[in-house]
Amino acid sequence: MRIGVFVCWCGSNIAKTVDVEKVVEAAREMPGVVYATDYKYMCSEPGQNIIQDAIKEHKLDRIVVASCSPRLHEPTFQRCVEAAGLNPYMVEMANIREQCSWVHDRTPEATQHAIDLVRMAVAKVAKNEPLTRSRLGITRKALVIGGGVAGIQAALDIADAGYPVVLVERTPSIGGHMAQYDKTFPTLDCAACILTPKMVDCASHPLIEIWSYSEVEEVNGFVGNFEVKVRRRAKSVDESKCTGCGLCLEKCPVKDIPSEFDEGTGTRRAIYRPFPQSVPNKPVIDRDHCRYFQTGKCGVCQKICPVGAIDYEQQDQVVTEKFGAIVVATGFDVWRDERAMAQFGYGKYPDVISSLQFERLMNASGPTDGKIVRPSDGKTPRSIAFISCVGSRDEEHGYPYCSKVCCMYNAKQALLAKDKLHDVQTYVFYMDIRANGKGYEEFVRRTIEEYGANYIRGRVSRVYPDGDQLVVKGADTLLGRPLEVRVDLVVLATAMKPHDDAKELARKLGISTDQYDWFSEAHPKLRPVEVLTDGIYLAGACQYPKDIPDTVAQASGAASKVVGLFSKEAILSEAMTAYVNEDTCVGCGLCVEVCPFGAIELVEVVDREKSTRDNQVMKKVARVNEGVCKGCGTCAAACRSGSARLRGFDTKQILAEIDALADAALAGRQ
Amino acid sequence: MTSLISDNAQSCCVLSPVQGPAGSELKRRIQELCGENVLECYQCGECTAGCPVAYAMDIAPNQVLRLAQLGLEDEVLSSSAIWLCAGCETCYTRCPKGVALSRVMDACRQLALERGVKPKELSIAKFHDQFLTEVRRFGRVHELTLTALYKMRTRDFFSDVFTGIQMFLKGKLALIPSLVKGRDEIRKLFARPRRGSSEK
Repeated sequence: MRIGVFVCWCGSNIAKTVDVEKVVEAAREMPGVVYATDYKYMCSEPGQNIIQDAIKEHKLDRIVVASCSPRLHEPTFQRCVEAAGLNPYMVEMANIREQCSWVHDRTPEATQHAIDLVRMAVAKVAKNEPLTRSRLGITRKALVIGGGVAGIQAALDIADAGYPVVLVERTPSIGGHMAQYDKTFPTLDCAACILTPKMVDCASHPLIEIWSYSEVEEVNGFVGNFEVKVRRRAKSVDESKCTGCGLCLEKCPVKDIPSEFDEGTGTRRAIYRPFPQSVPNKPVIDRDHCRYFQTGKCGVCQKICPVGAIDYEQQDQVVTEKFGAIVVATGFDVWRDERAMAQFGYGKYPDVISSLQFERLMNASGPTDGKIVRPSDGKTPRSIAFISCVGSRDEEHGYPYCSKVCCMYNAKQALLAKDKLHDVQTYVFYMDIRANGKGYEEFVRRTIEEYGANYIRGRVSRVYPDGDQLVVKGADTLLGRPLEVRVDLVVLATAMKPHDDAKELARKLGISTDQYDWFSEAHPKLRPVEVLTDGIYLAGACQYPKDIPDTVAQASGAASKVVGLFSKEAILSEAMTAYVNEDTCVGCGLCVEVCPFGAIELVEVVDREKSTRDNQVMKKVARVNEGVCKGCGTCAAACRSGSARLRGFDTKQILAEIDALADAALAGRQ
Repeated sequence: MTSLISDNAQSCCVLSPVQGPAGSELKRRIQELCGENVLECYQCGECTAGCPVAYAMDIAPNQVLRLAQLGLEDEVLSSSAIWLCAGCETCYTRCPKGVALSRVMDACRQLALERGVKPKELSIAKFHDQFLTEVRRFGRVHELTLTALYKMRTRDFFSDVFTGIQMFLKGKLALIPSLVKGRDEIRKLFARPRRGSSEK
């Protein structure tokens, strides 16, 4: 064993506190060390040359660099020794800068501390073994989960870069929430006018497959090599035959199903497509409401269909497909808790509606053809109250967070209401106006100053009926006084929340969620698109409430991450990964629980100890998927039988470090 | 600390725009009189923060604007704030939205007189009236006449007497009023009907 020690001055960063010469002298006496030297900047090219020359001249086989944090320069020195013919994992770094010189004054103890750190590194490197990184292949096909504007944008960007995409959408059409909106703030672009071309682009793109009416069931594998099971629900309509003529939609006798797309403000039939511009534009049969499926009698759609596309015998298909990367773009839901909203009379008085319902009332393709009317009597409202923060910023009844977009759509709806109904009086009850986007503040001011919306700062305590009107009891905190206003219609800006099954999807994907069930990003500032699991990316409001510009920007960000991954020749696996000694593993599963990356699973193997030639005994053991393992070492620390080990940080290496330190202390520190 | 709302619980504002256009009428009249759109105010409080007489007002300067936004005419016009405003324009100088609150105050004073609302600060209203009477008569203010007639009207003969004597001794109070040229033009100005009230 021939160890070389290289002590860096780091200019004056180390040398002004630590007596570098003394460290070199002490290193020469350490067991196994045949060469030690120092240099002003070890990471510089001349510094690296010193190491490479010494490796050749002194036939060194293990290297210790005493300098900065391995986080900063371990890859530098690994490349350096690799170029000189050593395995890159035969380098150890002693961090005598962050963990020594930066935290000490120039004292003999500081130098002694540096010597101890070098001694530990020398003891450890003596036990190092060469490690190799394996090359993993990549399936260059992406899965996008969720067909809202985030999923659409991500799919288009990836496909435009030349990689095939499967876009999975739960409902019968892509488009998501954006398709429900009337106009968009702050430019008042019609949502459908800017979204439907993108939806059509998705449908016609040769590299994009849309799997609508489908859900992800199971995800296995790791970056570059995911294996995903998707349930493609039976549409009862043969898509290859259906021309989307819409005859069945007119003839279906079940007419009174509240339309999900219209948020219950309109109705749909049992065979339906969510909206006229749906993509794909072919209907599905809602079997829970279809008379044929419920009673066995009807079959009108089958009789009427001119091309015989109705197929009652269709079954759900579970498709397994390989993907290299996954973009999660499942979006949000809105708060619908009627009990918690009792103070506003939501669910009790028909003229108290949610903002999304109001959006459908304003939309030209909505149930009223864009006429704003009261749900109770169909009359045009002469006054409307918009109430912000319903369920948002409300720790007691809803969520403590701000839903971010409500201030803006309140302003937009108040403006559009005034635009459509000239003599309407609008009131917006708000806590704060959060209009921090390009052109947003100006938009809100326009609503107030030009469109005369009455903004009242204060929450609403109660909404109650009086005659055929509603009385909104609130406060004007700017005057410090209670306030009442009688209106014809009340619109509640309900909070954005994660889907009820978001946690379930997170579990399938092996990614984490925050306390509300929004998906967690890898780093809130520097890795906002990634999750901790490689190869899975986030786009849009499934991460946190976002408006359309932020959603689209993040979707393009996620797509560029996917394209970046796919443009690599191969993925290099981590070398410092965990492994399990299956002979000693008792299969307790503790490591499976603690692994933050979901890299460990329990598998059944033959128990070699208990099995005889005639009787095979099986046992459960933990197995590490090295493609997923990040080498954090949590499993090795948790394992009770010492079976889970981490390459590069083996127990014997760590014990050697501790021994070296203890020996030096016992010897009275010469 | 008691809450602001319970302190004023008796004075709940009831806005019922559907029953009458009173709310927007006040905004419209203020804009007509002084050109200011009260809706431009976003209630940051800068005007109140800098106002040298806010401490003496019954409602803060920003609340005058707030009440005007809500169209609560009676409350604005019967406040002491609109009369106590000294017109120093600190509020206007600092307003981030460029709302000339001092002009709004002035408009509110005009409206109060026009609508026959009894000024909350009667002596200030009388002073304004006397001041304008002087200007109409002499073309400028004659301090001694102003003081004497103001004291007659308010029946407050003794306040500031000491200051008055000192000013007289230093020659600050002239015995004989000085007149300006062109007093006819000034009278014509006063005779011209005010634009704002022309339609009445």
